[in-house]
Amino acid sequence: MRRTLTAALVFAAAFVALAFLFVPVLAIFVHVPPSRLVAQLSSPVVTDALVVTLKTTLVAQALILLLGTPTAYLLASRRFRGRSLLVALVELPLVLPPAVAGIGLIAAFGRFGLLGPQLRAAGVTIGFTQAAVVLAVAFVASPLYVRQAIATFEAVDPNVVAASRTLGAGPVKTFFRVVLPLARSGLAAGEALSFARGLGEFGATIMFAGSLQGVTQTLPLAIYAQFDVVGGFDTALAMSALLVLVSAALLVSLKVTPRWQPSRPTSRFLFARSLSS
Amino acid sequence: MAALSADFALPLRTFALELSLVVERTVALVGPSGAGKTSALHVVAGLVQPSRGRVALDGEVWLDTARGVRRPPEERSVGLVFQEYALFPHLSVRRNVAYAGRGRADELLERFRLSHLADARPGELSGGERQRVALARALAREPAVLLLDEPLAALDAHTRAEVRGELSELLGGLDLPTLLVTHDYEDAAALADEVGVVVEGSLRQLAPPAELVARPRDAFVASLTGANLLHGNATAARELTEVVLTSGERLFSTDTARGEVGVVVYPWEVAIAREPAHDSALNVVRGEVGSVVELGNRVRVRVGPVTAEVTAASAARLELARGGVAYATFKATGTRLVPLAG
Repeated sequence: MRRTLTAALVFAAAFVALAFLFVPVLAIFVHVPPSRLVAQLSSPVVTDALVVTLKTTLVAQALILLLGTPTAYLLASRRFRGRSLLVALVELPLVLPPAVAGIGLIAAFGRFGLLGPQLRAAGVTIGFTQAAVVLAVAFVASPLYVRQAIATFEAVDPNVVAASRTLGAGPVKTFFRVVLPLARSGLAAGEALSFARGLGEFGATIMFAGSLQGVTQTLPLAIYAQFDVVGGFDTALAMSALLVLVSAALLVSLKVTPRWQPSRPTSRFLFARSLSS
Repeated sequence: MAALSADFALPLRTFALELSLVVERTVALVGPSGAGKTSALHVVAGLVQPSRGRVALDGEVWLDTARGVRRPPEERSVGLVFQEYALFPHLSVRRNVAYAGRGRADELLERFRLSHLADARPGELSGGERQRVALARALAREPAVLLLDEPLAALDAHTRAEVRGELSELLGGLDLPTLLVTHDYEDAAALADEVGVVVEGSLRQLAPPAELVARPRDAFVASLTGANLLHGNATAARELTEVVLTSGERLFSTDTARGEVGVVVYPWEVAIAREPAHDSALNVVRGEVGSVVELGNRVRVRVGPVTAEVTAASAARLELARGGVAYATFKATGTRLVPLAG
């Protein structure tokens, strides 16, 4: 009797939790007829936000890949004092409240920020431009990629890397012909996570870049702006539906990515040596 | 033929690896795992940097800490075969072999009987096939020195004997200075012209296999080469040396030594009888027949503290399999006395 009651309670809890997670997502699609959602997608607010989001996301993700990949490889393949501190620093933006990230970006790159005078001297203004959106997205989204990339590079068998070197390939050739192909799926998974996080960026962006339609207003910012406008609720719903679909597609791509399972090496970090040597 | 010379010190976790050797033909380093053997190969290949040392191929200096010379691995002409082979899992057999150079890939695939596997991935191969791919890949670079890390350890017992024969034949035909490491003395003796015994980072003895067996420098070298090692106390006894074993038996040896010694006697020097014999052998050890292990046409028998090797026919005639008391006898001339230290 008691056992049945426990089971019933567990099932009830699971039902409530799952329904709670699912209903808001479902509501976005059924609150208004789909035809009206599709019609909303051609409104100027939506097309402007789409263009801004696409541009800033692409630039931010390109920066994350170009700068994050070598950084992750360095942190994964070398052992030196303060390494764990640096890894922790990389992960910090993950747990930082977005508002704090926004303030930090303003304090660093804003007109009166830490680097303000230098930027002004160089004739560069960042605050409230698309560059600000890119920086905000890169700041909050890069840790997800770099963290995953470090773990992926660490899983590459150091003996295989060493084998490439003894076969006459230098470090650069070894990286592109051995390390990168073996790390590919892990890096793709990290990039998908980072992309999804960047797409949803809101707090740091609205503080550092503002919400100017056609300039810095990304999809999440446009959703928030339309929510305040009379008759804008349907437009907000349409953009939300779009983001749900993109996010779901990213999630599916993550689930189906085959993970490389390298053989576990017996001795790790053959090339591990201090940065100073 | 060129010669590789290596002389270096590399601090490891609990001891320092200090080696000094010249490799002209095939040298095998043998010793327990954790003795620093793999590290020795990695120093030669340039994968780890010793604190002090010099590595050179004839006049070509690869490493000289005193002069600040430190060539990276890709600039040293070595072919290194890793213990677990470290094949590129994402490349086909052909592309693994062609990694260092496309030129000889097809010829090497043919030579190592891999042509039919050219498009397979390493994950689909058996242990023996992987080893052949690793060898072909290392040779494709046309290295001046060959380094083999436990070339037979990853193979099952059946494949192992076969591959050992093939490898021995290959090394004989290659004419390359070869340094190989193994934990198995028999593999070392079968493959190398000279065997170096490495214990806790230092080279105990470097000699041809026959020399190691005939004149082991110490107790460790003796037991590594498969000898019986009996502890005792040596005193002079007329023109011989008398050794009183810790178990109480008295043995005689033609070697000279005093004090704490190890008596070394190889299993094939020991005869087994059911009755105490009256022949020229001075040494008789009485004991229960312990383990009886067949090795092809030979049988390894344990009598008390002594292991003997007799023919399968003798073992059957003496009915060793049923156990009981037996006598192990060996001549004083068949024994070596070695220091126990270390």
